[in-house]
Amino acid sequence: MQPKIVTLYVNGHTHQVALAPNVTLLQALRDLGYTDVKNGCEKGDCGACAVLLNGQPVNSCLVLAWQAERADIVTDAGLGTIDHPHPLQEAFADAGAVQCGYCTPGFIIAAKALLDRVPHPTEEQIREALSGNLCRCTGYGQIVEAVQMAAERMEGAGEQGSRGAGGGR
Amino acid sequence: MLPEFDLLMPHTLPEALDVLAQGGPDVAPLAGGTALLVDMRGGHLRPRTLMDVSHLPASSEPFGKVECRQEDGYVAVGGGVTIAELVDSPLVARYGPVLGQAARRFANPLVRNRATLGGNLAYASPAADTAPPLLVLGAEVELASLAGTRRVALEDFLLGVHQTARRPDELLTAVRWPVPPPQAVGAYRKLALRQATAISVVSVAVMVEFDAEASPPRSGGSGDRSASPPRSGGSGDGSPRVTNARIALGAVAPRPVRAHAAEEALRGQPLTLEAIAEAARLAVEATCCIDDLRGSAAYRQRVTEVLVRRALTDVATFPPSRKLGSFREGNS
Repeated sequence: MQPKIVTLYVNGHTHQVALAPNVTLLQALRDLGYTDVKNGCEKGDCGACAVLLNGQPVNSCLVLAWQAERADIVTDAGLGTIDHPHPLQEAFADAGAVQCGYCTPGFIIAAKALLDRVPHPTEEQIREALSGNLCRCTGYGQIVEAVQMAAERMEGAGEQGSRGAGGGR
Repeated sequence: MLPEFDLLMPHTLPEALDVLAQGGPDVAPLAGGTALLVDMRGGHLRPRTLMDVSHLPASSEPFGKVECRQEDGYVAVGGGVTIAELVDSPLVARYGPVLGQAARRFANPLVRNRATLGGNLAYASPAADTAPPLLVLGAEVELASLAGTRRVALEDFLLGVHQTARRPDELLTAVRWPVPPPQAVGAYRKLALRQATAISVVSVAVMVEFDAEASPPRSGGSGDRSASPPRSGGSGDGSPRVTNARIALGAVAPRPVRAHAAEEALRGQPLTLEAIAEAARLAVEATCCIDDLRGSAAYRQRVTEVLVRRALTDVATFPPSRKLGSFREGNS
């Protein structure tokens, strides 16, 4: 089980790290300091570790770091900063969609992927897109509101952060 | 923490087959990892070597593609195609919508972005969500090795819990099924303990073909039969008759199974309430022994009857004008 040097592109930064084959993308990201990516169930049930892998939301606990080599990886922290939050991050705060906060980065990643595909989702589309993410503080109502709020604000601001042609499933 | 293993990352399909030819039983192909890595973390499986196939390029025919090979009348889906790609595929929507419907109920969106069709079948869970729809579509799998490619009917491929006909030197490269006839209607029903991220307690796929005579394809949207319930009673009133029915059940036996007795009972009949009820009763005969934390065997038998009845009712009430590539959606 030899480690190898793996190149990871995370939030626009390039990292070269020696990793054993059994290191997951989740572990690698947290060790690199991307601690906004949370370790929840490690089974693909909870979505707390969700990141965008080449634009698609995936559970980073079920991706080996070697499999993510040279892929475009975006975590919640890559979407915005305290001074310049992404509309989704702002809306989650404004809508009270955050309680303990552990699930929040994963929800925001799943929501970002939805809005990239469907800029004006219905409530049903939002609930479907977030169905791989668990919140155990029972805040789903506010989370759905936050995504709707962000979608409205992004429309007002000229669809910032929205790429792709949209169109639902 | 995952146990230790070696990880091989071939860049082409021939390289991957070479790895399997040399490594044999010690090498486990790894695609989306949504089942294999979870089992390894839980200590249930401990392969010494993993071979990543998620990196094989989409250009590796036929591994990464969905295609309709019009010339021989088959739809082929590469083993490396993700469940999310099945959901989005216009070809699946047109020629295998019952599979598309199952894909939409598969785990959750994050898992669907990684899990692959080949992985779901090769892993051979009794509850594999893609298996019942593919059984009713009459699918076969393509198994490639350095010795060549062979095709095996899905029914003969799935042997038991995590047991398949795949030899250790083979990779499941594609799944294919014949383009369904215009008069075929499919339906899929799944009961799980919740709507998402849930393993099936029972899943049911059906595909019914009718005699073309009694139910000519209509071009317009004037199908007034669309809202009417299945007819009670009789035959001989010009109702379309079933020429062929396939019913497949998931999570009720060590492998996904066909309900042959129920299928036979429908042949030659109009799809009436009585015929549907009888077929649903007979379908229970195909269930056997899964009795676990998601549901007792007795509960699964009751649910099987209900879901088969609902799926066949979906078929019976489907607007005839939308027959080709048609399906009905249902939550359970």
